[in-house]
Amino acid sequence: MTDLTRATAAELADLLGAGSVSSREVTRALLDRTAAVDGAVHSYLHVDEDGALAAADDVDRRRTAGESLHALAGVPIAVKDVMATRGLPTTCGSKILEGWVPPYDATLVTRLRAAGMPILGKTNMDEFAMGSSTEHSAYGPSHNPWDLERIPGGSGGGSSSVVASFQAPLAIGTDTGGSIRQPAAVTGTVGTKPTYGGVSRYGLVALASSLDQAGPCSRTVLDSALLHEVIAGHDPLDSTSVDAPVPPVVEAARRADVSGMRIGIVRELTGEGFQAGVQARFDEAVQHLVDAGAEVVEVSCPSFTYALAAYYLILPSEASSNLAKFDAMRYGLRVQPDGVDAPSAEQVMAATRDAGFGDEVKRRIILGTYALSSGYYDAYYGSAQKVRRLIANDFAAAFETADVLVSPTAPTTAFRLGDKLDDPMAMYLNDIATIPANLAGIPGLSLPSGLADEDGLPAGFQVLAPAMADDRLYSVGAALEARLTAAWGGPILDRAPELEVAR
Amino acid sequence: MADLTRADVAHLAGLARIDLSDAELDKMVGELAVILESVATVQQAPIADVEPMSHPMPLVNVTRPDVVRPSLTPDEALSGAPESEQQRFSVPRILDEE
Repeated sequence: MTDLTRATAAELADLLGAGSVSSREVTRALLDRTAAVDGAVHSYLHVDEDGALAAADDVDRRRTAGESLHALAGVPIAVKDVMATRGLPTTCGSKILEGWVPPYDATLVTRLRAAGMPILGKTNMDEFAMGSSTEHSAYGPSHNPWDLERIPGGSGGGSSSVVASFQAPLAIGTDTGGSIRQPAAVTGTVGTKPTYGGVSRYGLVALASSLDQAGPCSRTVLDSALLHEVIAGHDPLDSTSVDAPVPPVVEAARRADVSGMRIGIVRELTGEGFQAGVQARFDEAVQHLVDAGAEVVEVSCPSFTYALAAYYLILPSEASSNLAKFDAMRYGLRVQPDGVDAPSAEQVMAATRDAGFGDEVKRRIILGTYALSSGYYDAYYGSAQKVRRLIANDFAAAFETADVLVSPTAPTTAFRLGDKLDDPMAMYLNDIATIPANLAGIPGLSLPSGLADEDGLPAGFQVLAPAMADDRLYSVGAALEARLTAAWGGPILDRAPELEVAR
Repeated sequence: MADLTRADVAHLAGLARIDLSDAELDKMVGELAVILESVATVQQAPIADVEPMSHPMPLVNVTRPDVVRPSLTPDEALSGAPESEQQRFSVPRILDEE
């Protein structure tokens, strides 16, 4: 009998379609796995056992009745706690939203439910997606299944660790500066940030509206493509949603063909600043693509040097505006200021935001308030917007000579919990290779490239493509995955230590 | 560029409606100085005559058909309110004393 917790989403879809297993059996197995390991990993902020089993039973009933179902019907999924889920708590990892139960579903969640995918629960994250480690979650960090003393990446460390620890075959992440790709890299999993506007943002609690994009997390490239297809497509409720057909991502993942493809290595995103073992696995992966028939070219994107600085002005500026809605009036926390009789709405708001927001959120709101303030706007936010244009131009030029661009996803493997918590700039540097794609709005995917020699921990390989050419990510990802898996003799997660199981 | 003083940060926190404690203010002044020094490098980029980019997609006036669609009931809309009264959000007084 197949271990249902270790099966991929594609395998589960086949088993369910053939009637070999029921969705209830799969869902039950995953919930049991969560009961056994999540005390140690802490991927979830909320587990919806009853809701998931009810959804599973419903799909099983419809299948028995002979209804025509979606290919992923009955395959369970975990959802990052930044997506509004009707009837399920949605906290964004923040105390200011503790206990909030949205009265509506995000469009992406509506699509998961329509496909018949049971929602197992809501995954942990850095507060309002601000961070690279989940250590800024108000509910405590998630842990990396490869080494529980280390970070699972962030902000989507709940979604990366939930798939890496076999508690779910699929998860939803969101990526504003790397929050899907960097967690995938450090946990030996796969994650995609689609083209900006490729997946609806309706019901995604906004961090930085011009950068945010939801996407799939999984253990295989094909599984991410399958989930990508479920959640992508035009949504009239999101005015920035792309009104165009979804790129043929599943077909690309199944064909896994890179012959004749021009692969561009970004000079500014390799070498100096990247851990030796991460760089070594990257170089080997590039050779695999050459062996598979791709051509390698080197490209230069000189403005990327300024990407981190531009990002940490644009993001706080947009965040300071977006988070102004947490005003203690219509939903969320309300705190009365100490020692004030009959306080004003403004005093209540200030006391609530001090009590409800964590340090990193306050830091970024104040930084954004400064960057947007009269007298400093041109020097900071204005300059950052111009750098953003230069970065988009660099990508456009690079894609004239290359069909896709590649780099290591993150400069290092997973660091220890606590190592960078007191040094905001050191934490920000984790996103150095992932940020440019968000600024330009182009899609990116990360898949495992192997284990670094120094520490035996997973390293990530990033593929970037032009806007709305998301299918190319999956062509390259699937081709590389096939060769690496053959070279390793099995999936990389087979080499992760067994988690101690609590009973 | 002038360094951010403690008074500046206190002013910004006021604008952002966050009632920072003295200890938080002390910590944040130093942290913001380090971050600002780093992000200020955008000014050294070759940005003269570059058109600012606010968004990855140049979209204007996106609308959808003006058709009534199902919306939240009053109970649903008020379900997360800290306080409500007679189908309304109940809020503290909005005017200051003076």
